[in-house]
Formats: sequence, C-alpha cells, structure tokens
Amino acid sequence: MSYLEYHAKSTPTGLRKILHLNWGLTLLLITVASVGFLMLYSVAGGSFSPWVEPQVKRFALGLAAMFVVAMIPIWFWRNISVVAYLGSLALLVAVELFGTVGMGAQRWIDIGFMRLQPSEVTKIALVMLLAAYYDWLPPEKTSRPLWVLLPVALILLPTALVLKQPDLGTSILLMAAGGGVMFLAGVHWAYFVAVIAAGVGLVSTVFQSRGTDWQLLKDYQFRRIDTFLDPSQDPLGAGYHITQSKIALGSGGWSGRGFMQGTQSRLNFLPEKHTDFIFTTLAEEFGFIGGVTLLVIYMLIILFCIASAIAAKDRFSSLVIMGIAITFFLFFAVNMSMVMGLAPVVGVPLPMVSYGGSAMLVLLGAFGIVQSAHIHRPRQSPR
Amino acid sequence: MKRNPKDLDAAHGKMTRRALFLGGLQLAFAGGLAARMRYLQVDQADEFRLLAEENRINIRLLPPARGQIFDRNGLIVAQNSPSYRITVVPEDAGDVEAVIAKLSSLVPLDPEDLERARTEMRRSPPFLPITLADQIGWEDISKVAVNAPALPGVTPEVGLTRVYPQLDDFAHVVGYVGPVSDYDLSKMEDPEPVLMIPRFQIGKVGFEARREDVLRGKAGAKRVEVNATGRVMRELDRREGISGADMQLTIDAELQNYVQARLGRESAAAVVIDCEDGDIRAICSSPSFDPNLFVRGISVADYRMLTEDKYRPLSNKTVQGTYPPGSTFKMITALAALENGVIGPEETVWCPGYLKVAGRRFHCWKRAGHGHVDLNTSLKRSCDVYYYDVAIKTGIDKISEMANMFGLGIKHELPMSAVAQGITPTKEWKASSYGKDWLIGDTANSSIGQGYMLASPLQLAVMTARIATGRSVTPRLLKSLDGVEQPSGAGEPLAVSGNSLRMVRRGMHSVSNDRRGTAYRSRIIGDGIQMAGKTGTSQVRNITAAERAAGVIRNEDLPWERRDHALFVCFAPYDKPKYAVAVVVEHGGGGSKAAAPVARDVLLQALYNGTPPLEAYPNADRSRIKAQQERLERERVKRPLGSRSSRA
Repeated sequence: MSYLEYHAKSTPTGLRKILHLNWGLTLLLITVASVGFLMLYSVAGGSFSPWVEPQVKRFALGLAAMFVVAMIPIWFWRNISVVAYLGSLALLVAVELFGTVGMGAQRWIDIGFMRLQPSEVTKIALVMLLAAYYDWLPPEKTSRPLWVLLPVALILLPTALVLKQPDLGTSILLMAAGGGVMFLAGVHWAYFVAVIAAGVGLVSTVFQSRGTDWQLLKDYQFRRIDTFLDPSQDPLGAGYHITQSKIALGSGGWSGRGFMQGTQSRLNFLPEKHTDFIFTTLAEEFGFIGGVTLLVIYMLIILFCIASAIAAKDRFSSLVIMGIAITFFLFFAVNMSMVMGLAPVVGVPLPMVSYGGSAMLVLLGAFGIVQSAHIHRPRQSPR
Repeated sequence: MKRNPKDLDAAHGKMTRRALFLGGLQLAFAGGLAARMRYLQVDQADEFRLLAEENRINIRLLPPARGQIFDRNGLIVAQNSPSYRITVVPEDAGDVEAVIAKLSSLVPLDPEDLERARTEMRRSPPFLPITLADQIGWEDISKVAVNAPALPGVTPEVGLTRVYPQLDDFAHVVGYVGPVSDYDLSKMEDPEPVLMIPRFQIGKVGFEARREDVLRGKAGAKRVEVNATGRVMRELDRREGISGADMQLTIDAELQNYVQARLGRESAAAVVIDCEDGDIRAICSSPSFDPNLFVRGISVADYRMLTEDKYRPLSNKTVQGTYPPGSTFKMITALAALENGVIGPEETVWCPGYLKVAGRRFHCWKRAGHGHVDLNTSLKRSCDVYYYDVAIKTGIDKISEMANMFGLGIKHELPMSAVAQGITPTKEWKASSYGKDWLIGDTANSSIGQGYMLASPLQLAVMTARIATGRSVTPRLLKSLDGVEQPSGAGEPLAVSGNSLRMVRRGMHSVSNDRRGTAYRSRIIGDGIQMAGKTGTSQVRNITAAERAAGVIRNEDLPWERRDHALFVCFAPYDKPKYAVAVVVEHGGGGSKAAAPVARDVLLQALYNGTPPLEAYPNADRSRIKAQQERLERERVKRPLGSRSSRA
C-alpha cells in the first residue's frame, strides 16, 4: 500500500488538475442547486430572503470546499479515513452530550458560524472508512465471517448513536450505504440474503405481536405505521403531511401551475415546504415534466459516478465513489418516496435542493472526494 | 498487506458487475418513482386539483346591514354604527395571558368579557379569533393598532352594531337586538347560515324581533383564498349582501320623549293614537330601560337591577299589561244599553249608594249615592249603580259584543312583543274557562270594568278613538316599509247609531268640562281644543263587608302594590277628534288625580306639537304647570338625544 501503486507521476499536478475535474458532474451539481434556488425563491413568495440568499452563500462555500477537496490527492483521503470516522463518532457523542434539541431530536452542534449536524459527516466518513477497509483487505478474505463482522460493527456503531438522537431516517441511510459498499466490495450475496430475510422476519414478527401480550412496539408506533399505510384515516392529524403533499403534487398535473403559481405550497398547506417537502413545490409548479426532469438529473449524477467508479482502477476510489453515489441516491429516493406517499415521513432532505446547510456542505465535500478520485485516477495499470 | 494483482483484477471485475447491478436497481427505482409521479400528477390530477381548490378557497359570509328604523319625521330610532372590537388568535399570541395583561394596560378590559373569552378559548381551536373586547371606542382601537407589534395575535376589527340613540324612549316599542344564542338557533328549524357568524345580531324583543324577516336583509358572500391556518391571503371575488329594509314608525319621537318624561318614575303606560288614521303617535311604558345595554350584552348586576325592580321596567305595559278598565269601561256599557233600547239617554236610574243584586249589595263608589242619574250624569260623576242597573237589563253577552266592536278583547296586530288580547267575559267564556255558570253579580262587576274584565292601555286608546270617531280605527305602528306606505288604520264606520255615540261623547265632555265632572280639574281651556274623557279607578283587591263597615281604607294608607290602578282615557278636540289618549298608572290611586293630569298634558303636547301655551290650562294651575314644564324640559335636555342632530 504505497503511493507508487497510484503511479503518481501519471496524475496531473498543480493547476492542471482543474482541467481534469469531472466538469460534467460539476455542471449537474450546479444545475440541481439552481433548481433549489428557484424553488426556495418561489416558496418564499418571490423573495430572496429568507432562504435563497443563505442557500446561495452556502452553495458557493460548498463548491469552493469541493474544489479544495478535489485538489488534494485521493490517497490522502484514504489515509485520513480512519481519523475521519473516529472524529465523526466523537462528534456524535458530543452531540449527545452538548447538542441542541431541534424538532424533538438532538441533532445539532452550534459551532459559531453554522450549526453542524454530525450525522451528515458520519455518512461520508463511514463510506470512506469502509472503502479504505476493503482497499486494505485482501480480496480473497472479503467474505470470511470474521472479516464481514468487523465492517458490520463499524456500521452499527454510528448507526446506534444516530438512532439514539433519534433520527431514524439517517440511521437507515447509514446502514443502507454501508451495506451497499460491502456489497460492491464483493461480500458474498448469501450474507445479504440472510440479512434481508432476517429483516423481513423481524418486521412480520413485530406485526404479529400487535394486540398480543408480547407486543413489541408501543400502540402509538403502530398507529404511525397505520397512518403511513393509509393516510386518509387521519387527514388532519398524523396523515396531514402525506395527504397535503399528495394533493399539492397531484394538483400540479402534467405541466404544473407555472412558476410561483403553486397555491398549496405557498399557502402553507405544506409542512416543511422549504426543506423536506420542497419537491412538492417543484412538482406543483412544474408538474410531471418538472419532477421527471429533476429525477433525470439526479440519475445522471449517479451514472456519472458509476462510470467514474468503474474507470478508477483503484479499489478505494471505486468504492468511495460508489458509496457516495449510493448515499446520494438514497437521499433523493427516500425523500421522493416520502413526498409521494411511498415511504413514511422520516425527515430526509432532497439533496442539494432542500434548504439546509450541513447536508449540502457535506455532500459537496463528498463530491470533492469523487472529483479527487477522478483527477487522481491511475492513467495506467498499476502493475 | 501483500496482494495479488490478479486477485485485484478479479475484485475490480466483480465490483464493476455489482456496480452495474446496483446502478440497474437504482434506475429501476427511479423508474418506479417516475411512474408514481405519473400516476399522481397525470392519472389522478383532476381529483387532486379539486382537493387543492377545496383546501384553498373558503367562502365567507358578509353580514348584511340591518334595516334602520326612523320615527314619523325621519328621526333615527335604530341605526347601525361601526363598532370596533379586539380579537386575539391564541395560536399567534403564544402566551395569551401575557398578551392580555399587556393589552389591559393599554385599554380597559371588562373582567366579565375576559372570563367569557377564556371559556371560549378553552373550547375552540387555537387558530380561531376570540373576541376580547366589544364595542370599544376609536381611541382605544387606535392605541391597539399603534402597539400592534407588541401584541402578537391581537387584531382590531371593525363591524356594524345596532345603536339606539333614543335610549329608553323606544325600548319597549323597538325592542333590541343581541347576538344569536344557542337557544335562538334551537328554536329555528333551518337557521340561515348568516346566523352562524359569530356575534351576528338578531332582533330579540319588540319590533326588532317581530319584523326580523325584513330587517335582517340577505347575506352576501366573498370567496377568499386562505392558507392552512385559515388566515385570509386575498379576496377572489365578492357578492354584496342586500341590506335589510328601512322602516318608518308612526311614532313621533319628540312626543314619545315627552310622554316618557311625563310618566317619570311612575309604573305607568300611556298611548297616544291618531283618531283619523289609527297612527300610534306615542306608546310609552314606564319605567323603561336602555336597550343599548342588551346589545352589548348586559352585565349580571344591571340585569338583576332590571328584573328585581318592582315597577317591572322590562315589561311593556302598553300592550302586554292588562288591567281592569274600571269606569273607563262605562262608555261601552252605556252604548250597549242605548243600542239595545234598554234605556233612553234622558231616562234616569235612582242611586241610593248601592244596588241589591241577587241578595248582595253592590256599592257605588259614592256611599251617599248620586240620587236620580241620567246617562250624562252617570258618566260625568261616574255613578256605578246606574251601570249595574242598565247592564243587568242588557245582559253580559251584548256588552261584551259591544266591547269587542270597540277593540277590547281583540288582539290588535302590532309588530310588538306579547300583544295581549285582554278579556271581555261572556257566559260561554266563563263556562269554558272556569266551568262555572255566569252569575248576575258578574254582570254588575263587568259593567264598571271590574271582575273578569281586562284591557291593555293600547286597547283603551283604540276604544277611545273609536268612540271619538265612530269608525273602527285600527292601530298602526309601521308607517312605511322600505319607502312603501302601509295601509291606513282609519277603518270603516261602526254599526252603532250616531246618536248613541253623540250622547256618550257628550257625557265624556262633561267629565272634564262640567264643574261636577270627575276630571274637571284636568280640563283644557280654549275653544276648539276641549277635551272629553273618562276617569277610571280599578280595584286590585276585594273590599270586604267588614272593611266597608269600618270605613274603606284610603289608598294612601295601603302598601303600593295594593292601591288602585288609576286610569284615564280621553280625546280632543271634542268637536273634531284628532288624538285619543289612554293612561294607566299602576297603583296610582284615583284616576282623576293620578292619570287624568298626565293624559291631559300628553294630549296638549300632541295637539300643539310641542309645549302648549299656559293659556290652555285652568288659571289656578298655570304657575304649577309652568314649573312642571320647566322641570320636564330640563330633564329632557339632560337626555343625551344624539338624535336631535342626526335627522335623516
């Protein structure tokens, strides 16, 4: 495991690196962020305050961070991944001890100029650590039980801490992204089948337990599940978000009501209209065409990443790019499913579009690593 | 760790395959999302668009402006004026109590109102506005508006409220409005939606209640766009409501005001009716109350004061109160006797002070008796025995029939609350009401307006007008509705011979113009304005034989509620009747002393359309009358007649 493996000499140096940036990806990210600005402008009733202005500033900051991260050789990021992982764990513990309670959950640490959400950092740090782990682990050992248990423990540790905040959405994201990296690294598919089967078994057991004396969930938790399955049961209570979101979305129709013409989102029928539910505004104002366009842009970003991962002959780069792509995918897939009434409301923002600082900064940082891997990819076979 | 390049290649190959597999999964998922989006946005678009409209558009009713009420000269009696109220939306206020505390340091808040608001707050959802103070002044409202930033959730609102500028003068005629209550709603089969507007005012009593149908008007509506909390964002369109119809009463507010003042603090009623067309020129019940108190929602203390007053200010004695008409009924008995040929006008009856009927003595008010009494003397001196005698000869049914013809025992259709029918007893009536046979003594009692006989002051005024004109004058309270003149109450000639009427009128003239008449002291001086009248003193207790033997206790020595009612009916001018007046002073004592002077003053006030000259009064009384006129003028000026300047 030496720098020589990367044939450092063949990688671009200095300012020439800028030419080797993945400009397509950069452009797509800017496009997505611009969609976000547009929607925040509309949601604010045609005003740059209170959301567009800070969002643009954060995006500029994030973009700068992405370039800086991209300039730093990928091997630096591989070597730092253990530190990043431990650091994020420390932050999670810190948020548990000193964090600010927001929306009924302890998620933030105030660090002066911004409020940091450690669980965002954790997502990327976990992906980095797992990629580095499989880069280090000889491929033939990948599927051995002991070497499978170690990464599982690495995943479960931060997951447990996040779950305690409580932030169900992020902990599911962490597990899914971690599992994704393990799958890509070549862990035998039987492990995944076993885990999925166990999960299905557990869920059905939980439902079986309902109404019996060994009930595993509290009544209100069951009711929340009911509401998710049939929001019309409680249209003004817990099902309100889902129902209103579907109304806004559905009333958009084929081509939408037009920019700034969305009645549902602008009249506050939509909860969290500028954060988790911003997609409904887009879908209401730009209709099916607008919604699918955003989906296509997101998928293009994923495809860029997959192509980049396959092109990178180095294991850490491939895995870290794919891990970040999976995380990104999970973000928008879960958010859109939630908004469309396909998933419970778990509080996952629409990446790069929803108003919010740390998620965007961390994602742009992560794309910096993707860019770095792209720039510093081996130009020749490392043999 | 050392690794085999071959293994690495294999691993990379595997990763590529799995990456492509995952990519495929992701694409499939994205496809699923797109399909779902298509389902919601294309297939179900219409349904959701409808739901969105329902969400967004709210129909708000616009309360109509209530019809205004004027007196016959266009003076305003009931109007709508802008009223300011302070509301708070608990949700927006945050700490409601803190906001209320801050607010009460700016404007005075009624603790009773606050208590009501707190109860309302507990019951209603936090986004609905709660009224904290109603009917507050412009200055207070501007204080609230200026301090708006410090008072989250507090909004000054403007609406229309009913105002009665004539204060207590019209309380019993026009009544009052008040906010719709649950009780009101429970009485209606299919309440109009406009009634659901919080604090919408409807007529509760009197004219306001009886003509609610035309006064209310039709509600308009506006469509507004609201946000999720119900806050109005903008108005989409509006359809104005139709204001209620304006009403003009036959009442002369100036006269009404005078009469009310003249009745003073007595428990009394007075009705002035125009003999020519039946217009009620004044109809006053005393004591009265300020109807504005009820519009605002009367305080418990004020309400108790009104209900516990033994003079019953809330009851409308003019149409609701019925009294034994006493001697004022004698004209009817006389007419019945004359018309049925029982007695001629010149024939006399011997009055020894009593008449023995069925073994029982029926006494004349004058124990010594009146001697030979003809019709004229019987009215002039109010001899009871004359009437006992002729009534028994005529029979009760014919007397009652005559009474009905003159408007007694008949319910006059007036748009006022609880108009009483009174009682004119017949044999049949007694049998069906009491299950007892009619006794001859009952006829004797009825002949002088005692016993079962009951009439309201309004009925007595109508009776007098009919005697004065010989026409079936019908009382009219509503002069015009929405500018349309209502049918006159002049009426058709009555089926009574002119001669009999003339004889009775002459008797009434003697009452107040003959030196020996019972109301001579209340005569009117002057040609062409002479008054004809009849006194009445109706007992509210039985005088036992023992008491009569010991000497009847004088009214002044009795407790108020056992004293006789004092009545007086009159019309003037005698030759060309214009106005008829009936006055009842509850427990006032003798009709000649307590009621006649009031009726005379009222009649003069009406005839002169203002303060009469002193020359109209007997010489001896002029200085006393002058003092009284000055006192009344002072009292009337003290009343804040905002009306005097707001002539429509």
